[in-house]
Formats: sequence, structure tokens, C-alpha cells
Amino acid sequence: MSATYFAALAAIVLASYLYGSRRAYALRALSPSGGVHSLPVYHGWYMAAICALPMVILFMVWASAAPRWIETQAIQKLPVAMQSADPLARATVLREIASAAAGGALAQSASPEIKQAASSMQSLTELSNWAMLGAGLGLAGLGFLWGASRLRPDFRARNTVEKVVTGALIACSVVAVLTTVGIVFSVLFESLRFFGKYPWNEFLFGLQWSPQTAMRADQIGQSGTFGFVPLFVGTMLIMLIAMLVATPIGLFAAIYMAEYATPKFRATAKPVLEILAGVPTVVYGFFAALTVAPLIRAAGNYAGLDVASESALAAGLVMGVMIIPFVSSLSDDVINAVPQSLRDGSYALGATKSETIKKVVLPAALPGIVSAIMLAISRAIGETMIVVMAAGLAGNLTFNPLDSVTTITVQIKTLLVGDQEFDSAKTLSAFALGFVLFFFTLILNMAALKIVQKYREQYD
Amino acid sequence: MTDISMPATGTFVQRQLDVTSQAAAARVKRRYRAEKRFRFYGLAAVLFAALCLVILLSDILNKAWPAFTQSRLTVDVPVTAEAVDVNNAGAGDYDGAVRDGLRAVFPAVTSRADKKALNAVLSSGASDALRRQVMANPALIGQTVKISATLSSDADLYLKGSATRAHEQPAAFAAKVSGTTGSITVDGGAGAFAGELAALKRITSARAESMRREATRLATTAQSISADLKASETRLASATAAGEKEVAATYDALVKRHTENKATLEAQTSAMRDSAEALRNRASDIKGSENLDTAMPSLLILIKGGVVKATSVSVDGVKGDVIVPLASDTAAQPGAWKMLVVESPEDSRKIQDRQIAFLETLKQKGAVQSVFNWPFFVSGDSREPELAGILGALVGSAYTMLVTLLLCLPLGVGAAIYLEEFAPKNRLTNLIEVNINNLAAVPSIVFGLLGLAMFLNFFGMPRSSPLVGGLVLALLVLPTIIIASRAALKSVPPSIREAALGVGASKQQAVFHHVLPLAVPGIMTGTIIGMAHALGETAPLLMIGMIAFIVDVPARLTDAATVLPVQIFLWSDLPELGFQAKTAAAIVVLLLFLFVMNGLAIVLRKRFEIRW
Repeated sequence: MSATYFAALAAIVLASYLYGSRRAYALRALSPSGGVHSLPVYHGWYMAAICALPMVILFMVWASAAPRWIETQAIQKLPVAMQSADPLARATVLREIASAAAGGALAQSASPEIKQAASSMQSLTELSNWAMLGAGLGLAGLGFLWGASRLRPDFRARNTVEKVVTGALIACSVVAVLTTVGIVFSVLFESLRFFGKYPWNEFLFGLQWSPQTAMRADQIGQSGTFGFVPLFVGTMLIMLIAMLVATPIGLFAAIYMAEYATPKFRATAKPVLEILAGVPTVVYGFFAALTVAPLIRAAGNYAGLDVASESALAAGLVMGVMIIPFVSSLSDDVINAVPQSLRDGSYALGATKSETIKKVVLPAALPGIVSAIMLAISRAIGETMIVVMAAGLAGNLTFNPLDSVTTITVQIKTLLVGDQEFDSAKTLSAFALGFVLFFFTLILNMAALKIVQKYREQYD
Repeated sequence: MTDISMPATGTFVQRQLDVTSQAAAARVKRRYRAEKRFRFYGLAAVLFAALCLVILLSDILNKAWPAFTQSRLTVDVPVTAEAVDVNNAGAGDYDGAVRDGLRAVFPAVTSRADKKALNAVLSSGASDALRRQVMANPALIGQTVKISATLSSDADLYLKGSATRAHEQPAAFAAKVSGTTGSITVDGGAGAFAGELAALKRITSARAESMRREATRLATTAQSISADLKASETRLASATAAGEKEVAATYDALVKRHTENKATLEAQTSAMRDSAEALRNRASDIKGSENLDTAMPSLLILIKGGVVKATSVSVDGVKGDVIVPLASDTAAQPGAWKMLVVESPEDSRKIQDRQIAFLETLKQKGAVQSVFNWPFFVSGDSREPELAGILGALVGSAYTMLVTLLLCLPLGVGAAIYLEEFAPKNRLTNLIEVNINNLAAVPSIVFGLLGLAMFLNFFGMPRSSPLVGGLVLALLVLPTIIIASRAALKSVPPSIREAALGVGASKQQAVFHHVLPLAVPGIMTGTIIGMAHALGETAPLLMIGMIAFIVDVPARLTDAATVLPVQIFLWSDLPELGFQAKTAAAIVVLLLFLFVMNGLAIVLRKRFEIRW
């Protein structure tokens, strides 16, 4: 149906564009001076916009409002006994009606009440679709009439069109802000609901994480415990291992690429690092779980150590490799941004290249390098697939890298994948974790970006 | 001059530059060494990163390799009118027909267990192609159809040699057999099987050794328990003497438990010592025959078109049970028969000796072929490793990417144009700018939470659908595209804009007619890189339910679907060994797509980038 609507929309756009531009040529004859303010194209676009915009807005409103109205109407067609206030039962009945309305295998086996509701749903949907098309065409027609009445030789069509375009561009850039607002609201509201069920201080300082809530009321361990500390420690442990790998290697790679490498070497080495950054994290996770973890376990057993099969070390090492390019490319940029005059001054005093780098370039680039490392840390904390595949699920409070630990992201994934009841503390706790994760990384990112900005200004 | 060479007086201190002494030369040498070392560290870091990439890619290629071929079995299937009804060809018993066809190759298979083992060689989807063929051409009913049937994953893995270690040994001597069915002996003459026997003895002695070590470990535990026991006894005695009844009772219970534990452990230890001793005796008896149980490697003898499974090996000959009957009981010439040693013991692998015998016989008959694994690319997901394919995931990825591209390209370019060309410098635009930069570094899983809470729960959009997946990924890559597009717009020199404005263009005309076309290569490059990023993204899609097990290839944007990276994640979680290679193969496909996309971006950048 929406296909028909948009086909009509396209036809109307084309027709009104053609009408507008033709009219502009005709206006030339009417004009006393023989001139028209705007080019014919703009008259065309003006007409197209004034016809299409109401249609588009109508579609957005209608498409979001109509299904709910239809659902309510269809449910009211059911006998009162089948109308339930419980949202879950309502959703089930709705699904049945919808599948019966869509036809197919389920439609024949449905009960007569459902069938009746389904047929009413079908007819209502059809009605709503035709009504939407009719209303849309009517609005377009009104727009057309009003727009056509405004076309005159001195009509500023270009300015009007440009205003519309500017509005559209502003709307595009507001989407990014809306995304942030959406993220904040979606994690904030669910987190508040969680903290309504579970005290926040026990969440922040609790030492035990076991989100399993019982199915029956009389089961043992009926309510889960949501102590954040083990997750925080696990996340930090894996992040620390990753940074121990990524920081020195990334930094040295950046120094070599920026200061020593010949252009030819750079031309081959840079893509290699870019590929390392472009490999999807799920691939790293597979590699960590199936190659690195068994290897570490075997090595540990050989050395007489007890290594968990989902050790923090395996996940951390592979994550470290993944993060190398982030550290190196950002550091590479800041090292390159250090003015050559500083280096020349150091050489003039007789310093060797490495002394210049250690004593002059790195201190000058330090703020940038620190922010690169902060961004890498934020990336390591937010990384999901590697830890989901290679780290454990149990919230062990340990600092031993050979033990199995769990992280914030692993728990979010575990709590939210699969069937969920949307009111339980278990599901809501995932949003609380998301809230913590979002704000933690946000602070890191903002601080890092601020440092970089300051630093850029210093040398620009 | 004189001032400087004068001895230091007052506040003036003269400093002599020592550049000629030996100490100075050593110092310079040390500094140059430090220089070299530093440079080496840098090079080593770059090489380490490259090495990681090489290891990663080669490991995955190595794991993926077997999944690109598939073993298929050519078999003549009688499609009888009893099995398949002409009027309802779709519902016929094709599985039974294919089994009958395979059974016809092995007339001697009669026992239930043998039949079951033989059927398990076939995939549960072995008859699908036949069903389609017959439905398309009902005239085939009543005829015998030659089909190429899919083998089960275990059989496939065995034939590829990736699950079980087995090696063939051509026999250099003639062998006499005592019969063609039942329990027979294969006699190779004096000392013929000495090599095999010695190898078996080595394995037995290794088993004895590991058993002995286990016994020692148990003995140590028993000792520590007996130490505990002694301590408890002393405590018990002292408690009894002091008249502390409760403490005494506790220790009494403890003593009893320790005594029990000690007794069990000691019994276990001695039993294990005995069996280790027995094994060692067996191993040291070089001439004695060796019995093959399920904890030992299997020895199959392929002779005269049949297969004998050895039960006992002596220096001169082998006693064994016939699995596939021999054609005749005449002696087999050297080279006309061979031995197959399956190194992993039968109880630690999924494929039975019988099945290996069937497969080897089929292989000798030329009925087994290894072909390119097309079904992997043209079928949807399945619970059976040999039937699972990536088409569903590929189509799901394509739909998702389509939605992402349609949304994020106009939005991203529009936002970039506004921010770079039109936005006034004020607080609001500054906020938008900071916001975009931060959004680029938000963890991807948080976007999944957004999708779950907003699109699914608030707007009630269909779960698991490419539509929602595309929406979430569009928001995820939007900052990347905005940043890249802004950089591309910024690199167009102001002279272009000024020239356009100078001949009377409006600001928007200058941007849309002159600046934007020149920035297109840069915007394209950024978009492709952003899309490559979206194609490999997994975590946010897990949140919106694109993780369901879906067999059908999605047909619409609102159908439940999965995408390639999520498929990889799903398969990597499955315990069957057959899925490991499939996972790696899916990764190879995903990486190929990414390399093509990134390569395209590089080509675009190289060919169309304008340097001002």
C-alpha cells in the first residue's frame, strides 16, 4: 500500500515540477519587463515541494497512528471475555488476529471470534489505506492550488526553495542530536525503573553479580543480586591487558611510521594497520575463542598453571591486537602535527633522532597521545563481541588474568538476548549497565576530544 | 677570549666540552646504540602488528578450507511406486528410497545396529534433491535414479581427514584369509605384522605410563588424607581426654569420613596400579598378541573388496571381524590390499569403525566425490552442519545494508553540508558538532539498546527485521559519514565558492552546483568505509533480536532475518565440529566483501581525489 502511496507521490512531484517550470516560461510573457525573478527550475521545485511536503508529513503521522487505532478497533470486535487488560495477553491475541488477517496456514485453524476480528481488521486496514491515499491527494491538490496562485513574475521562488532546503539540511544535522537524546532517554528511563526495584547503592557497591531471578516465587535465590563491582573489575582487567598490548606496540608503531619509515614502507604498512582495524570484531572473537584461548590454556597447563578455558588473558590479548591500529593511527596524527621547527632545534643542539623523539617530540605530542589512549580505552570498554565469545559469564571478583571474568557488555548481551519479560529487574538491569557504560565512555571521549582540540589550537 | 680561558672566578664557571677523550667516544657509541635500539623497537612494533594480521588470516583460512568442498555420494536410488505416490509426489518416502539405494551396495548389512550405522552415513537432507527432481518430473517414479547424495557431517569430516587422524599403510607382503565373512584371520607370514604390533605395544606402554601417573596422583591424595586422619585422631583423643563431648563428636565424624575416603582411594589406587601393571606386562611382552579394544586405535584391513576390523594383532597375523564381506578367500598379493590405522580410539570419536569401513568401500568403488560446496552459498541456515548455508544471512545483510545506505547517505551528506557550509558559528551548532564527535565513539552495543528501547518497544517495529537493523546501523555509521563528508567538503578550496558567488550564484547554488560535485569522491570513500563498518557490526543487532535461528531466506524488509556477522556468531557457539569450518568459511566470505569494499574506497580515493 505504501508503495502505491509513494508512486502517487512521485507522479505528483513530477507533474507539479513540470507545471511549475512551464508556468515560469509563460510568466515571461506576462511580465512587464520581460523578466522573471527566479529560474524556471526553481518554480518547478517550489511547486513540487508544496505538493509533496504535506503528503510526506501526512504519511508519517498516519503510518504511526493508524495501526494502533486499527488494533484497538479489532480487539473491540472480540467478545468481552477475550478482551484482556493484561498487555501480554493482548499482544498474543493481536498476533493471532494479525496472522489470521494475513492469511496462510494459521488462518484456517483460527477460532471464529478471531476470524471475525481478523476480517474487521482487514477491512479497516483497507479503509485506512484508501483514506490515507485520498487525504494525501487532497492535501497535495490544495497545496498545488495555493502554490499555483502564488506564481507571478516577481515571485521569489528560489528564495523559498532555498529556505526549504536549508530546513531539510538542519533537520539532517539534528538527527545526530536526536540520536544522542534517544540513547540517553532509552537507557535513563529503563535504568530509573530498575533503580525503583533495586537500591542504587547496592548496585554500585555490591560485590556479587547473579542476575538469575527465579521463575516461581518459592524458589531459592528468588531475587537476583545485582552487584556491579565484579563486572567493573572484570571489564577493567580485560581492558588493562588489552592496553598493555596495544599501548606500547601502537605507540612504537606510530613513532616508527611518523619519524623513521620511508614513504615506501609507510605505503605498505599503513594499509596493513588499517586492515587490522577493519576486521570485524566477531572475527577477532572467533579467533580468541577457538585459537588463542586453547593455546593459552595448553601453555598454562604445560607450565603447571591452572588456566580457565575462558580466561581474561585470551580476550584481553586479542582485544589488544584489535586496538593497536586505534592507538597507532591517532598517535601518528598527533606526532605528525608536532612542528618540524621543534625537531630542527633539537637536532641543532646535537641530539640524535631517538633523543629528539623522546625528549622533544613525545613531550610536545603528549596531550594528543594521552587522548588517543583514552579513546582506545573507551573502545576497549565498549567492545562486545570479543568478550562475548572469549570471556566468561560468571561474575568472579578476581584480578587473576588466568581466571574467567565477565564484563559489562557481556552481561548486557546475555540479559537482553532471547525472550525477555520487560518488567523484571533482570532485564532492566541491562539498561542500568548500558547507562553506566554510556556515561563512562562518554566522559572518556569528551575529555579526550577536549584535550585534542586544545592541543590542535596550540600548534595551529 | 682571554676571559673565557681564565680560571673560574666569582660567578663565572667555565665548562670544558669533552669530545675527544675515550669516555666521550664511548658515550657517543652508547648514544648511537640507543638510537639503533629505539629504531628497532619501532620496526618490531609494526612487524608485530603485521604478524598478528598474517596469523589471524592464515588461521581462519586454514580452518575455512575444508568447508569449501563437500563429499557427495553417487548412489542408484529405486524410486518405487510404493514409496512415492504419483498423485502426491511431494510427500513420498524419499529418505527410505535413498537408504534402500545405499543398502543395495551393502547386501550383507542386516543387523539393526549395522543398518543404523549405514543410514547415519547419509545426511538427513540427502533426499532433498531427489524429491525436487521427482516432483519436477513424475515420470521418474518406478525407475532407478542416479543421484548425488549429501553425506552426514561426521562422514564428510572423516573423508576430509579433519576430525579423525587416520593413515593408510600399503602392505608389502601377501596375505591369506581364512574366510569371507564372520570372524576370520588374516595371515601374512612370519613377522608380517611386527611393525603394527610394535606400534600398538608403544601405545599400550604409553597408556600404562599415564595410568601409573594417575595412580601416583591418587596415592598422594590418599597420603594427605591419611595425614588429616592422623591429625583428627589426635584431636579426638585430646578432646575425649578433656571431656569435651561436642568437639569429640565432630572429630569422631571427621575421622570416620577420612577413614572411608582413605579406604576408597586406596582401593582405587591399587586397582589402577594393577591395571597399569597388566598393561605394562602386555606392552613388554614383545611377541605376545595385542587385543584391540575401544580405547585403542582401530586397525582396518581393506582386502579383496571387503573390510576386516582387527580384534587382535599378533606378529604373524591378525584376527578380526568382517564388516564388509570379502569377494573371495584366495590370497591377496602384496600391494593389492592395505591397512588403515585410525589413530583416535573409537570411543573418543563420533564416527564408528563400521562407518569408516562403509565409507572406505564406497571410496574404493569410486562412489564418493569431493566437489565444490555450492549448497553452502545457495541455502539457508540449518541445524545440520552439512546442510547449513549462508544465503539467508547474505540476503539479510543485503537488505540491512540497503536500509542503512538509503538512510545514512542523505542524512549524513545533508548534515555535513549544513555544518560545513551554512551553519552559523553559535552555541547550537557547536553542540551539534561536539555531539557528532562523541557519537562516533559511543560503544556499538549502546546503539543496540537504543534500537531495543525505541524502535522495538516504543514504536513497536517488527523484531529481528532488516528494517530495524538497518535503522540502528544507519544511526551507528551516521557520525562516520558526516565526519568524512565534512572533510571532503572542507578540502574543496574557497576559491571555487568565491568564483561561483562572484558570477552571481546564490550560496546554495555555489554549494550544490560547484562544491558538492567536487567533494563526491571523498564522500563516496567515506560512505563505503562506513558501510563496511556497518557490514561487520554484530553487537547492536543481537540486541534487536537478529539472532534468531531462521531457515528461510527473508523476502521482505520486515521479515525476520539474520546477517552474516550474526550468523558467524551463532555458528561459532554450536558444539558440532562441522560448524567450525562453516564459521570460518562464513568469515572468509565476510572478509572478502569487506576487502572488496575497502579496495573500492582506495581505488576511488586514488583515481578521483583532486589535490588542490
